[in-house]
Amino acid sequence: MALFILRRLGVMVLTALCLTFIVFALTNLEPNLEKLAKNQANSRMTDEQVISWLDARGYNDPMLVKYGRWLGVVPHFTREEGGEVVFSRCANPGTSLEDAGSYCGILQGSWGWSTVFQNDVLEILAVRGNATAWLMLFVMMVMVPGALVLGVLAGMREGSKLDRSLSTISIGTTATPEYVSGVLFIAVFASATFGPNWFKGTATSAIDDITFANFTLPVLTIALYGMGYIARMTRASMTEVMTAQYIRTARLKGVSFPQIVLKHALRNALIAPFTVIMLQFPWLLNGVVIVETLFNYKGFGWTLVQAAGNNDIDLLLGVSIISVVVVLVTQLISDIGYVFLNPRIRIA
Amino acid sequence: MTKLADHAGPILEIDALSISFFTRLREIPAVMDFSVTVQPGEAVGLVGESGCGKSTVALGVMQDLGKNGAVVGGSIKFKGRDLGQMSEEELRDIRGNEIAMIYQEPMASLNPAMRIGKQLMEVPILHDGASEAEAYDMALQVVTDVKLPDPKRMLDSYPHQLSGGQQQRIVIAMALMSKPALLILDEPTTALDVTVEAGIVELVKDLGKKYGTSMLFISHNLGLVLETCDRVCVMYSGEAVEDGAIGEVFDNMRHPYTQALFRSIPLPGADKNSRPLVAIPGNFPLPHERPPGCNFGPRCDYFEAGRCDSGVIPMRDAGPGHHSRCVKFDEIDWNAPIAAPAETSKREIGAPVLKVENLKKYYQVAANALFGGGAEKVVKANETLDFEARESETLAIVGESGCGKSTLAKVLMGLETATDGTITMGNADIQSTPIEGRSTKQVADIQMVFQNPFDTLNPSMTVGRQIIRALEVFDYGKSDADRRERMLHLLDLVKLPRAFADRMPRQLSGGQKQRVGIARAFAGDAKIVVADEPVSALDVSVQAAVTDLLMEIQRDQKTTLLFISHDLSIVRYLSDRVMVMYLGHVVELGTTDQVFAPPYHPYTEALLSAVPIADTSVQKKHIVLEGDIPSAMNPPSGCPFQTRCRWKDRVPGGLCEKDVPPVRHLDGGHQVKCHLSDADLAAMEPVIEVGEAPPAAAAQAGVTSM
Repeated sequence: MALFILRRLGVMVLTALCLTFIVFALTNLEPNLEKLAKNQANSRMTDEQVISWLDARGYNDPMLVKYGRWLGVVPHFTREEGGEVVFSRCANPGTSLEDAGSYCGILQGSWGWSTVFQNDVLEILAVRGNATAWLMLFVMMVMVPGALVLGVLAGMREGSKLDRSLSTISIGTTATPEYVSGVLFIAVFASATFGPNWFKGTATSAIDDITFANFTLPVLTIALYGMGYIARMTRASMTEVMTAQYIRTARLKGVSFPQIVLKHALRNALIAPFTVIMLQFPWLLNGVVIVETLFNYKGFGWTLVQAAGNNDIDLLLGVSIISVVVVLVTQLISDIGYVFLNPRIRIA
Repeated sequence: MTKLADHAGPILEIDALSISFFTRLREIPAVMDFSVTVQPGEAVGLVGESGCGKSTVALGVMQDLGKNGAVVGGSIKFKGRDLGQMSEEELRDIRGNEIAMIYQEPMASLNPAMRIGKQLMEVPILHDGASEAEAYDMALQVVTDVKLPDPKRMLDSYPHQLSGGQQQRIVIAMALMSKPALLILDEPTTALDVTVEAGIVELVKDLGKKYGTSMLFISHNLGLVLETCDRVCVMYSGEAVEDGAIGEVFDNMRHPYTQALFRSIPLPGADKNSRPLVAIPGNFPLPHERPPGCNFGPRCDYFEAGRCDSGVIPMRDAGPGHHSRCVKFDEIDWNAPIAAPAETSKREIGAPVLKVENLKKYYQVAANALFGGGAEKVVKANETLDFEARESETLAIVGESGCGKSTLAKVLMGLETATDGTITMGNADIQSTPIEGRSTKQVADIQMVFQNPFDTLNPSMTVGRQIIRALEVFDYGKSDADRRERMLHLLDLVKLPRAFADRMPRQLSGGQKQRVGIARAFAGDAKIVVADEPVSALDVSVQAAVTDLLMEIQRDQKTTLLFISHDLSIVRYLSDRVMVMYLGHVVELGTTDQVFAPPYHPYTEALLSAVPIADTSVQKKHIVLEGDIPSAMNPPSGCPFQTRCRWKDRVPGGLCEKDVPPVRHLDGGHQVKCHLSDADLAAMEPVIEVGEAPPAAAAQAGVTSM
């Protein structure tokens, strides 16, 4: 088992390197850099000025060298004039050139400087990530049990009225994207003029203090969308299990229906949807972008939007690292959990 | 929960039962006017081909017909109480407690994610209100009763950690946990190997005696029913056509279907040249296309228009406790010999076309294929195979699952390459040429007929197109018209109507599909055809027809047939020479007569004894092998068969455990791989003795008595 995890970790690091390189290359494309230069310095710069500005900051070096610097395995770009260092990429605003080391990449814990928020990227991500982690936690707490209950109830008697109505509900929720359901929720539950004014239409205050009023709508919006999907998967798996011969064995052994569902069918029916549930984690990041923007909840997704909108390369890269890590870690958990659910799979 | 009060009468009384399934289109009657009674301690067999409704009867007794099925007439009484009138709760108390069931596929019938012990303990906890500890003790007791080794470890295992035979013993144990009054066995051994089957059958019989359980034994295997049951009921297309005491039905049958069934199975005495099998003509009617009157009418030799195809035909008495659903049974001369089928001359066996020398096939298996790592293991699938096959010869390759017969087929076909040794076909060595590297001629020369006709045809291509595709691959003919012409000839060859060329595989029955498979194999005038269990997936009545077809084509085309099978009856019937394999070794090789008569290799002896024979006149020696086939990953030292051999103590000095026996050449090219001394081999007695045949059976065998 330990060996298996170690091997998987190795593969994960490799995957992470590849993925971050792709994001790095895309964000460091020439038009993007030109935009950066004009944004940072002067929007009326001539082409020559842009090139010299980029040259002076090391942006025109080969891609691999830049990637190495960003990772922290190659010394960072410095500019010397008359034998004296006049510019170091390692020196963030506020630190002197002397204090700045020569390596300042991801590995050194220096994730760069956000041009939008004028702050250290790592610090921003810590704060924003924490906010989103809370959101995700609540979403998972609502979505997973809800979806499993829906799926199991629908799947235990295929074709029954219960199955039909629950299936309709789950298809309905999956077919409603967050930007539709979110707007609808706000209109129905948070409008002062129409309907019950139970919840708040904005989650800004939830950053400091999560309450039922300010957090319900964003959580529901994300959870409902994913819930239908997982419920459908669970239902499909459950209907299949319920027609299996060992269920007939149990039935003809005299086991009552609720016992059949709980003791014989459930564990077998959860094997397939478990992977899907774990896949939902990274996928939630998507929903988070929309919902955080919609409800003005300043979390990870909102940061991503800000970074992308303002061409904040360092912040974008930081966000992508977090996303890549989330994806890979959830996949690892999913593989390990699968082994525990399914006794037929053995890891030496 | 307590059991129902004892009942003086029969345990199970099924009276005029009719069961239908309801689809959107129509009502499909699955069982019609079916009656049977099971007395206490009695075993009743239910025999018939697939689709005849025998499993539906079993589920009907269990009152578990699903959403679409319903009892539409008659009654099922258990211990005098009508099961149809019981509430869901009362039924639950009876299921698993008073009536237990054993299923066809043990692997599928056990919950894969639940430990065996828990699955067993569930029964007493549910029905007797036993505590966990009591239930565990009971489970331990029953697992010991079904003769499983290491019961404690068994209870702690998951189903996939057990072999098929062990799983079936667990299913039996589960059924016996509550000491039921009635046990329903639905094809309990169909998925198992013959030697394992013999063990299970013995177990069921012993336990039946020990607990006094009544049994309803459902099977398509007449031999098995003869070995296990007191009475038998033959079903055809949803109806019981004949029932009676086992000896009565087997020796004095009074229904043409029963007779036709017996004539289509290879019993000892059948011979492909002098007394070929008689296939039942036509096909099994679909449930909604049953003919008026007698369902068997259109396929019956004694059919008489006006009498057999009108009105409802009731069961009538045909002797004490013997009934038949035939209007003419008292007019038919049951002792008449079989209308002499065209006798065919034995064909000349020609020169060797395939020579296999010292062939070895080893597989390297990582100990853990999924995640890598661990020591590599070697699976020795084939170990020093030496044989040759001649023109027009049928060489049967016999053995149980895991003996390496399918690996041999793969190596011959070029799907795998040999590890060592040579295969010579024609003038070329082909052992290390994979199929992509073989010339078109070589590919066309050695072809295969597969076991499962249902999966080996492309479901979205017409039959004709699939055969033409094979012709294209073999570079046959110059134009599409040529190939189409040839394809139609091939359909004629396998006796399918030419109109089938435009049909899809799903429109064909199993036997017809297998004919298409045969046509495809012979498309390039194959010299050698490897038939891998070609009839084992087919119904008894169809098996005979497909077997005869293969024989006929072989006679015409002088093909060499390598007939891979585990069914010794059919092997004895059609093969010229037999090669018996065990764990990758050829343990015995000789002509059919040599192999089927002593001296035997001890494994052959056990195999012969294990095969159930549907003939009351046959006396068999009873040899049941202990345990399972060892894994090829971890074979026993010395002789591969030493772990299960009953002759082992005759060989001095533990030779069997030390050395792999050498190949011994006995008279007439008979080869045996065994350490036994010549004297011991000579002292072996025949396993099967065809005793004095009762008159009717003698007529069966084509001998005119009186």
